[in-house]
Amino acid sequence: MDYGIFREFADSWGLLYLVIVWLGVLFSLFLPGSKQRAIDAAGIPLRDETLLDEDNKNE
Amino acid sequence: MRNITSTIVVGAGTFIALLLAAFAQDSAFQIHMSIIALSLGIATIILLRRVGFTPAEPVDPTGYMDDPIRVGSILTMFWGIIGFTQGVVIASQLAWPEFMWEPWFSFGRMRPLHTSAVIFAFGGTALITTSMYVVQRTCRARLFGGGLAWFVMWGYQFFILMAATGYLLGITQSREYAEPEWYVDIWLTIVWVAYLVMFMGTLFKRKEPHIYVANWFYLAFIVTIAMLHIVNNLAWPVSFLGSKSYSLFAGVQDALTQWWYGHNAVGFFLTAGFLGMMYYFMPKQAQRPIYSYRLSIIHFWSLIFLYIWAGPHHLLYTALPDWAQTLGMAFSIMLWMPSWGGMINGLMTLSGAWDKMRTDPIIRMMVIAVAFYGMSTFEGPVMAIKAVNGLSHYTDWTIGHVHSGALGWVGMITFGALYYMVPRLWNRQGLYSMRMVNWHFWLATLGIVVYASVMWVSGITQGLMWREYDSQGFLVYSFAESVAAMKPYYILRMIGGLLYLIGGCIMAYNIWMTILGKTRNERPIPGSMPAKIQPAE
Repeated sequence: MDYGIFREFADSWGLLYLVIVWLGVLFSLFLPGSKQRAIDAAGIPLRDETLLDEDNKNE
Repeated sequence: MRNITSTIVVGAGTFIALLLAAFAQDSAFQIHMSIIALSLGIATIILLRRVGFTPAEPVDPTGYMDDPIRVGSILTMFWGIIGFTQGVVIASQLAWPEFMWEPWFSFGRMRPLHTSAVIFAFGGTALITTSMYVVQRTCRARLFGGGLAWFVMWGYQFFILMAATGYLLGITQSREYAEPEWYVDIWLTIVWVAYLVMFMGTLFKRKEPHIYVANWFYLAFIVTIAMLHIVNNLAWPVSFLGSKSYSLFAGVQDALTQWWYGHNAVGFFLTAGFLGMMYYFMPKQAQRPIYSYRLSIIHFWSLIFLYIWAGPHHLLYTALPDWAQTLGMAFSIMLWMPSWGGMINGLMTLSGAWDKMRTDPIIRMMVIAVAFYGMSTFEGPVMAIKAVNGLSHYTDWTIGHVHSGALGWVGMITFGALYYMVPRLWNRQGLYSMRMVNWHFWLATLGIVVYASVMWVSGITQGLMWREYDSQGFLVYSFAESVAAMKPYYILRMIGGLLYLIGGCIMAYNIWMTILGKTRNERPIPGSMPAKIQPAE
């Protein structure tokens, strides 16, 4: 294993892998239902502040 | 049984440090280990006085673990003041060299002290503190690991102490932003692994099904810094009882490793970590969800995939292969897009509530932070273009760019986060004074504007003077002439930094009074009070 082999792997399969993952992430954002999931997730910080409040609310 | 284990561990550490000092191979290592033994000894005495043999108070499993966050908030403020003061001192040293007291307080030793104080002490403590705050609240889970959070907080402070005292003693491996020697690096690795375990553990026990995007940024920061730190600091010590080590890399490989680390320290420490802060504290302070959650996911993955390749732009026109220089330049330019995506996402969170810019100084602070994020992430790609870099490299323009990012983005978003957290952590109605936040905002903003614009002028002047040829092909100016031309700019730069420091001192006072539970008798900011409900017509 020398530098050349690493280099060849990185700028072919390695690059392809990273691009596919990145495109996969973009694609998943446009699947049906992802808009609603995103709106739900964006609300996470705005829900109750303390663990205690959260537990009381569930009772 | 309280504080037993920690007392034994710190006491044993004191003893080991004493042994290391006794058998040290060089005097710097001996002094360094003596300082460490002394500080650990003091810590042992403090811990011993707090040992209790009554059963520990039952931990309230329904509450968040906020004590380390309280300590971290105060430490962040403390390191901020120290780091800004350091900056003013070294700016004065450049303008008036009489301020250098050699050898311990020479510019060469004080500069890493300033950069590490602001980046690692102020920024790092802010990141650890806010990440503990955010991960608990967005996961709705108590911090994983019990005392682990305390170990992370104090272990990191111990790293700062070792790094800072080492610099003044002249112990350095001369790698920018990674100056601490091998034994301090090993300690930081241990603390960092504990930090990762604490953070991942909390994510695993979360009650919220989705991992909020702020935690992704924090996690990327923790994981990447671990990788960067370990690879960049691969070195072999001359002696296991000495302070000197040699890097495993040589020549241009060493330089590229250093800047692969250096630029990603900017990317993942000063950007990704603080973006985590933005994605939590901005929606909280504005009381509105982030503008587009899906944009934040694109922001995250694009930033992560692009940043890691941008390092070679620090080595343009060097012995680095040309293809690598072009790669660094191209990826730096591509980085502009995700950065601005993130900026737009932050700013547009206020859409429909722009009046908060006028009525809420804390929001204004966060907005200016995001605006400076946008400005410096535009300036950076421009400076990474080879033709521009030929002019800007090695000049003060670089220093100006770094400070518009550091003072503007990193500093301001941290101030905003602290102003948000402190009243909540100490259960106060609000801050001691909102008018003081306003003063802080304007002093800091004015300071940055003075600093950055002065550095543009001085940097471009330097760049032009250095490459001015006459018709015979000789350089027109000697280097010393370009240094003399800098004097007025260096004085102005010191004034810009001083304004920023005064703002920081006002903040420290405000935060301290808030913790004490006081409220300042002052006129409210116009429009900040809810308007009286008007009767229907």
